[in-house]
Amino acid sequence: MAVAFDEMNGLGEDLRPAYQELSRWLKETPPDALEYRRQEAELLFRRIGITFAVYGDSEAQERLIPFDVIPRIMSATEWTLLEKGLKQRVLALNMFLKDIYHGRDILRANIIPEDLIFQNPVFRPEMNGQDVPHDIYVHIAGIDIIRTDPDNFIVLEDNARTPSGVSYMLENREIMMRLFPDLFARHRVAPVERYPDELLSALRSVAPHSASAEPTVALMTPGVYNSAYYEHSFLADKLGIELVEGRDLIVKNDEVFMRTTEGLKRVDVIYRRVDDDFLDPLTFRPDSALGVPGLMSAYAAGNITLANAVGTGIADDKAIYSYMPDIVKFYLSEEPILKNVQTWRCREPQDLSYVLDNLADLVVKEVHGSGGYGMLIGPAATKATIEAFRDKLKREPEGFIAQPTLALSTCPTCTDKGLAPRHVDLRPFVLTGSSHTTIVPGGLTRVALKEGSLVVNSSQGGGTKDTWILSE
Amino acid sequence: MLSRTAENLFWLARYVERAEYLARTIDATLRVTALPAAYIGKTNEWDSALLTAGVGAAFYDHYEEANERNVVEYLSFASENPSSIKNCIEAARLNSRSVRTALTSEMWDTINSSWIELQAVWNKGPANREELAKFLRFVQETSLRFDGSAYRTMLRNDAYWFSRLGVHLERADNTARILDVKYHMLLPEEEHVGGPLDYYQWTSILRSVSATTAYHWVYRETLKPWLIADLLILNDTLPRSLASCYSNLVRNLDQIGVAYGRQGAAQRHARGIRNRLEHSHMDDIFQHGVHEFIQEFLADNSRLGEIVAKQYLI
Repeated sequence: MAVAFDEMNGLGEDLRPAYQELSRWLKETPPDALEYRRQEAELLFRRIGITFAVYGDSEAQERLIPFDVIPRIMSATEWTLLEKGLKQRVLALNMFLKDIYHGRDILRANIIPEDLIFQNPVFRPEMNGQDVPHDIYVHIAGIDIIRTDPDNFIVLEDNARTPSGVSYMLENREIMMRLFPDLFARHRVAPVERYPDELLSALRSVAPHSASAEPTVALMTPGVYNSAYYEHSFLADKLGIELVEGRDLIVKNDEVFMRTTEGLKRVDVIYRRVDDDFLDPLTFRPDSALGVPGLMSAYAAGNITLANAVGTGIADDKAIYSYMPDIVKFYLSEEPILKNVQTWRCREPQDLSYVLDNLADLVVKEVHGSGGYGMLIGPAATKATIEAFRDKLKREPEGFIAQPTLALSTCPTCTDKGLAPRHVDLRPFVLTGSSHTTIVPGGLTRVALKEGSLVVNSSQGGGTKDTWILSE
Repeated sequence: MLSRTAENLFWLARYVERAEYLARTIDATLRVTALPAAYIGKTNEWDSALLTAGVGAAFYDHYEEANERNVVEYLSFASENPSSIKNCIEAARLNSRSVRTALTSEMWDTINSSWIELQAVWNKGPANREELAKFLRFVQETSLRFDGSAYRTMLRNDAYWFSRLGVHLERADNTARILDVKYHMLLPEEEHVGGPLDYYQWTSILRSVSATTAYHWVYRETLKPWLIADLLILNDTLPRSLASCYSNLVRNLDQIGVAYGRQGAAQRHARGIRNRLEHSHMDDIFQHGVHEFIQEFLADNSRLGEIVAKQYLI
């Protein structure tokens, strides 16, 4: 693979302006001082208890996500462009969802094949014709962005269900400010700390009509065994709202209440970090012990707002992803600012045959997969793995899409052998309330710590970095 | 606050208190068994340790004999003993995770770092007596740190009061149990209560509730069984006495009642027990029978737990 674009050094040795101060600082700082602070950072994370669980890995039921102390930096100009693109994308996602569950103009215009919607397991017929406050479905979006050159931001994935990672954005900054006050003093880094306030006001702005003037918001978690539990409790704490589980909630006369030491208390907005399937055993999976019986009926009655709405999976499905540029154009009559990765839809015979012929060069993903599981990275795979995947593809082509292996941009990262470039992506968090859309300047930079690796997922050995957006 | 949060705080505090009590029990038993046989009589001290921990019957499902190795293992590390020290700390950590938002960072840090130490250092159990002593100290320090950080950092609201309810309910239970076992079941009938043989038994009771020095300060007397009973049951100045636990329980429940603008069965029941303790004299208790008195108390105490659960936690 060709040398990737480096966030600090560009394509060669041309130091990019946003990194000038960092580069100078790195030259002044002895390596062991850096190592010492790296260890200190790890100790802090462990004590705070920021861990995540990896499913199927009983040895390390709670692991620490590795944190890299070298920040990833973006200039204000870069951020302005990215921000504009993100707002455009999320606006289109929300309009698409409203359309899919109401008029379906986009299907009648033959932009997206019908079966891709109606036969999709994440499409929720329960949502047909149901109105949601202010027509907002995706209140919190995490859009995964990659770069291959200085000029373009490319969306790798839209996360419109229950995107996680924002606690790392906040904690990484907290720890960086504690460990590197000198480095901050030399930069003008836009703060991220108002994220919880923005989130709370977005959530309150979408309360149902039947709510009181001071709506009650709660965060719903599947519980302590969920891999993102730390984040759930962290956010509930920062927002000053109750962290509830299904068993804490009860539905009476189509209203939702939480059980408190002073009796039942009405809840108006639920920021739920529970998947659709587990929300209400009466509507979805009857075996779910996590949900609240009757929740969907209260939802239909308009007495509770769920954020994100039910059924948003249809917008971030990998099969729909390839249509996103068309979706943006259809609803907004604008050119998409953020690019898509070129995508072959294996459900289409022509694309499938191309994919089968070029498996060794492509990345093949399950349409419904996430977390980097069940995907084939052609250039890194053995012959046997590729052949096994070929069989899977032939058996169920509609279950897969394929993309070229991209040279994700790199960023200098601490390794055993000193600083070295490692591939990164970026997940900014887009908040949509009744009156406006906000993006706190920054996001979660994930870094593939293994040399040459392109998989940044924390479940597969990825780490994180603090993300700095410089002010003008 | 959420009922589940209150329940978690309540049990979190109970687990930590219980872990400390178990550590003290083991510590006190080790000291007694280190004495020559002539000083401790015919009783099996390890059996008595199991009884005071309330796990006498369950132990024999897993072991043949109550000796130091088996009992220490069962009370400290056995996964099959739901209230072993290890399980208490693990349950405390799990409860803490569930109520992270209701704990101060100092409290979380105490539980979390103890849990980490348990995994990292005590994973295989102590190799010898010296390590065991270190382990027991570690458990007691965890509890002290937890209590101290709760006291110093928590807001004085329902979260704090529910956590205190857990501490005092558990503590009352523990004190009553140890007194009962030592007082009634272990003293051979023919032995004159207070005779020379059981001097060390009495010391060990006091040690397990950390009241050896307190006894001398309060009574300025040599060890006398009825004074020890008086200290542990009726003396409001000793933090682990039943009377003191109940003063605290009544106060915490009142605070909750005032904050919520409502009193209930829990407040009435706790006040009832406190009044009985306040108006009792050791003479009457002896007349009535210490064992009977304590059995009644234990039932009343656990009844309070049920009432609190029904009123607030479910």
